[in-house]
Amino acid sequence: MTASLKRKDLVGLLYVLPWLIGFLVFKLYPFVMSLVYSFCDYSMLKPPRFVGLYNFIYMFTKDELFPKALFNTLKYVIITVPLKISFALFVAIILNMKLSGINLFRTVYYLPSIFGGSVAISILWRFLFMKEGIVNKFLSLFGIEGINWLGDPKIAIFSVSFLAVWQFGSSMVLFLARLKEIPSELYEAALVDGASRLKMFAKITLPMISPIMFFNLVMQTINAFQEFTGPYIITGGGPVNSTYLLSMLIYDNAFKYFRMGYAAALSWVQFVIILIFTAFIFRSSTYWTYYEYDEGRF
Amino acid sequence: MYSQNRKAKNTISLLLTYAFLILFGIFMIYPLLWVVSAAFKSNDEIFKSLSLIPQKIVTNAFIKGWYGTGQYTFGRFFINNFILVVPVVFFTITSSTLVAYGFARFNFPLKKLFFVILISTLMLPDSVNLIPRYILFNAFGWVDSYKPFIIPSMFASTPFFVFMMIQFMRGLPREIEEAAIIDGCNSFQILLRVTGPLCKTAMISMGIFQFIWTWNDFLGPLIYINSVEKYTIALGLRMCVDSAAAIAWNQIMAMTVIAMLPCIIIFFAAQKYFVEGIATSGIKG
Repeated sequence: MTASLKRKDLVGLLYVLPWLIGFLVFKLYPFVMSLVYSFCDYSMLKPPRFVGLYNFIYMFTKDELFPKALFNTLKYVIITVPLKISFALFVAIILNMKLSGINLFRTVYYLPSIFGGSVAISILWRFLFMKEGIVNKFLSLFGIEGINWLGDPKIAIFSVSFLAVWQFGSSMVLFLARLKEIPSELYEAALVDGASRLKMFAKITLPMISPIMFFNLVMQTINAFQEFTGPYIITGGGPVNSTYLLSMLIYDNAFKYFRMGYAAALSWVQFVIILIFTAFIFRSSTYWTYYEYDEGRF
Repeated sequence: MYSQNRKAKNTISLLLTYAFLILFGIFMIYPLLWVVSAAFKSNDEIFKSLSLIPQKIVTNAFIKGWYGTGQYTFGRFFINNFILVVPVVFFTITSSTLVAYGFARFNFPLKKLFFVILISTLMLPDSVNLIPRYILFNAFGWVDSYKPFIIPSMFASTPFFVFMMIQFMRGLPREIEEAAIIDGCNSFQILLRVTGPLCKTAMISMGIFQFIWTWNDFLGPLIYINSVEKYTIALGLRMCVDSAAAIAWNQIMAMTVIAMLPCIIIFFAAQKYFVEGIATSGIKG
């Protein structure tokens, strides 16, 4: 009996083995090494040379682009994540109604999201928001003078962020799936008690979708902090570095200047910032998430 | 009287809802339609009108754009994309299913710990591994090939898919599998003949997502692919935009449409799997 159990254990381990090897080689090893490299000067031509905290000191005291990129990234995250999630929720609530033709609308709202951060969509965005582009052309119909969406350092980050907001489809589908699971008895009971729509939203809908809200918040925050393709293609980080993000700073240092050690240090700072943000969301979530069976996703 | 009032109120709110859905829908879809129509417009017309219908349909943007910047055509980049994407999709499906099967149906030492690790890697930002992974793959001699994409996919490297598959398998009844054991099947035969076929929906939606993500990936190829001969569509497009600098917009739009086409076709062909996959796993966006 025990012998056969052991054999079965071994079989299970065998199935999981590919993932285990992949995790060790492609995730854990690089993870540890990136910390090691962050304390090194490494151009890939010569072996890494230990420089202690130099990369971090340089980052915070000498690299003029770092504070700029950090600030831009925070701005990007703070613009995109709340907007994207509110749009996703708002639209999901409407799409949850039983209306004819609703599937068509679901398709339409989801479609922009399938391209994700692709070059094609980024190029499209660049053309839409050019000074002589279609957005300004549209505004001129209402007698509004064109705005330099991508050329004005104060506005460019918003124009770029807007692309991510437009792609709220995946978060929306998640909300929608959850909304469908809310038992209608809850609303019926509230209606009998004479609750207003707003009250029902606050007391029934919000608590019921809070686990998905949490999930969306975490994943969208992690993604937004790492955004690269959109701004890289649309503005290339400009004008005057106003859309230059941390991911671009990492990319440039690593693959343009081959300062691998410094780039690794930058990526660790990015990682720690993401960690702080997600930890904050996790911590706060105990106050605002509600789990029916007391077993959440995490 | 009261109910009539209420009925009128309902009709108005219904109309308002539809008005919102349509207006907002136009706003969502217009950019996508615009890029398609721009590909058929003459270069002068592109920025002149908001209309989606070209004054005169021009198709040579596709032909000229296809030949691109000279040396290699978009045909080459297109084929390259398939050479990269198809194995990645195939290996992702097979390896993730095998691993999920192990997690969902067996007990083994450290299983709990492994599962926690799997879930935590779900939230590990990719960029922290970017540099050492490049150094590692460079040491392996994989740079300027598709190996950095294909080989990791053999090792169930996307935790999302493994997690999604585990969840799916957990929802399957075990009785059929037990019947197969009595019939003398070993676990791999069960996976191949019983569990695997039952997971078809999840496998298809996994494949679709992996296809679209890999197809659209830019940073990966940007880092690992150096020779133009091996460029993917994303790199080819970027090269076009950089070199063309305000000359032939309709050609760039035409190639943008070409780049998006496979994803659009897949989306409409497999819509049902799309929503199912995203709803069961909570995939990004």
